[in-house]
Amino acid sequence: MSRVEVPMPQMGESIAEGTVSKWLKQVGDTVERDEPILEISTDKVDAEIPSPSAGTLVEVAVQEGETVEVGTIVAYIDTEGGAAAAQSTAPEETAPKQQEASAETPEETPKAEPAEAPAAAEQKGASPDAESAEDRLRQRSTPVVRKIAQEHGVDLTAVEGTGHAGRVTKQDILGYIDGGGTPEAKSAPPSPAPAPKTPSAPSASPAKAPSAPPADFWKTFYGGVEHPEFPVREGDSVEPMDKIRRLTAEHMVVAKRVASHVHSFIEIDFTGVDRIRAANKQRWAEQGAKVSYTTFVVWACSRLLREHPTLNSTVSGNNIITRGSVNVGMAVDLDPGLIVPVIHQTDELSLVGIGKRMVDLAERARSRKLGPAEIQGATFSITNPGVLGTLVGMPIIPKGTSAILGTGAIEKKVVVVSDPETGGDSMAIRKRSLFSLGYDHRLVDGADAARFLADLKALLQDFPEDA
Amino acid sequence: MRVVEVQSLGEVEYSRGLDLQSHLVVCRRNAEVPDQLLLLEHPHVITQGTGSHPEHLLLSAEELEGRGIQLHPAGRGGDVTYHGPGQLVGYPILDLKPHRKDLHRYLRDLEEVIILTLAHFGLEGVREEGRTGVWCQGGKVAAMGVRVSSGWITSHGFALNVAPDLTYFETIVPCGIRDRKVTSMAALLAGAPVWEEVTDAVVSAFGTVFEARMERTEGSVTRPKTRGECLPGNPGNGPSSPAGS
Repeated sequence: MSRVEVPMPQMGESIAEGTVSKWLKQVGDTVERDEPILEISTDKVDAEIPSPSAGTLVEVAVQEGETVEVGTIVAYIDTEGGAAAAQSTAPEETAPKQQEASAETPEETPKAEPAEAPAAAEQKGASPDAESAEDRLRQRSTPVVRKIAQEHGVDLTAVEGTGHAGRVTKQDILGYIDGGGTPEAKSAPPSPAPAPKTPSAPSASPAKAPSAPPADFWKTFYGGVEHPEFPVREGDSVEPMDKIRRLTAEHMVVAKRVASHVHSFIEIDFTGVDRIRAANKQRWAEQGAKVSYTTFVVWACSRLLREHPTLNSTVSGNNIITRGSVNVGMAVDLDPGLIVPVIHQTDELSLVGIGKRMVDLAERARSRKLGPAEIQGATFSITNPGVLGTLVGMPIIPKGTSAILGTGAIEKKVVVVSDPETGGDSMAIRKRSLFSLGYDHRLVDGADAARFLADLKALLQDFPEDA
Repeated sequence: MRVVEVQSLGEVEYSRGLDLQSHLVVCRRNAEVPDQLLLLEHPHVITQGTGSHPEHLLLSAEELEGRGIQLHPAGRGGDVTYHGPGQLVGYPILDLKPHRKDLHRYLRDLEEVIILTLAHFGLEGVREEGRTGVWCQGGKVAAMGVRVSSGWITSHGFALNVAPDLTYFETIVPCGIRDRKVTSMAALLAGAPVWEEVTDAVVSAFGTVFEARMERTEGSVTRPKTRGECLPGNPGNGPSSPAGS
């Protein structure tokens, strides 16, 4: 049921575009996941672009010899055979503007073409093969606009286009983002139906995309954020949020709306980790590695996530996506601001490897030199409020993941320890820390979280020497 | 630390070099071999990258044949170039995942390998903005052109002019650059360096730049007899044939 987009990939930080040099597959060909489907070339480099999924190549959007920006969709793969193609256009057709102009039909109709025909006809300057709904949709915007939309996580169908034939122009998208990313639907309440303008378009055919208000409601609820305004008092200062703050604000609100947050806590003894740190400090220094407490935690989580796959997954529609790799996101304080660089394939790195990677990512995060790929693709996140002395926090789960670990301050505490031989109890001074695991209760049960935390505690308290 | 196997193959026909690379790309993608650095020389051949302009070839196919020069499509980026005896060709077959997924960085890294190699001989190699390759005293001493196959596996690479007969470059406009000449280490040093010293320097520089342990092998992995061991797992999904063929 899905139609997968194949974007021009990011092949390097300073590479903004690529030229399609050769299509290795033609429309109608079946492709395997990771099978090369086209070749692109940039200066001195040729690269094969693999298919993101198995299926049928249903559309080639960029011809050989054309140069397009990174992020431009170059092809579409249908993952479940022909019929799915038309269906998948349905969600994209929920743009409020179009709904108002058409008869409301609550049920999904798989065929969107007839309703599209008039619109396509309007587009006189468009290429002659502008027949499909997808084509038309794509032509409503330029690569630049789509790139901006992608960067800001904006659904283009929610943006009103003022350009030719309703195209979304660069001004439209920038205005939309500056306006806080609220779809025009703000004029129409997201609850029950806007009065259907039935008589005007009797021939608009029953074949119209689903426009039942509830669907739109959820889309708005999960997609856009309009922050309420408050009166300014004398002596206050007012300035607009910068980009990072704006994106963070929106993400936090939406993330908390989407996931059903629950937090569980556990206390972990760092005496063992401390011993390993002390024993290896010099060796690591010689290797140029900084192995912090957090490095141990990242290492331990990355090893455990394979055994606790629900924590490395996400709810997506009515499906559960279990991630194939373990990519740990690490919240980095930019003071002001926050960014979460991602350690890709964390579970394949050694303790020292993770330490080096964390230092590198944190440094480049602070000097604002992270590439786009380095802040994307996290499957699990860790945040460390403890570094500033906080006892523990209750972090928000990033969108598209199911869990986040918060690590509290590591402090010396008096604890009761039992002698393993005599069983006698005594008091001892130990370095301990509270950890909190925030998890999406839609997917992760309390016992799952408890098992993960127990395993994490066991692993950190009896840390392997050869990690 | 990553391990790179170094294979010194001596003189290799260009087409066989392509086959070998295709084969190793598949093996590398399937993680059947570690990263590879192939070091070799080609017999006289002019290769055309996918960005080739025919007008940069200054002789006809017949004239080239008369001079014993093959003409071959290359399946890499870049324009037309010449390979021949006395030129050290390096084909790294590397998996750029997960931390080096940046093609410009990869090109800059290959340039760094050459720059360090030249430094070993007291030569100062430089980069020129917008002109991939390494330049020394105004001449181009090393050319590059790379290919990245599905899964971020590299092939093709660099060609360092150690002591080739530079007159062969007069049959082309190398890399489409008309106003600059091609040079060689022999010309710069007023005498050809010892071949093994150059390859040793390249291997050492490669290890430094790519933070890898370089392991020299006797090349058993690349021998055709092993083809069957690597290929069956991935029928029909091998690297594409050279572009333009």
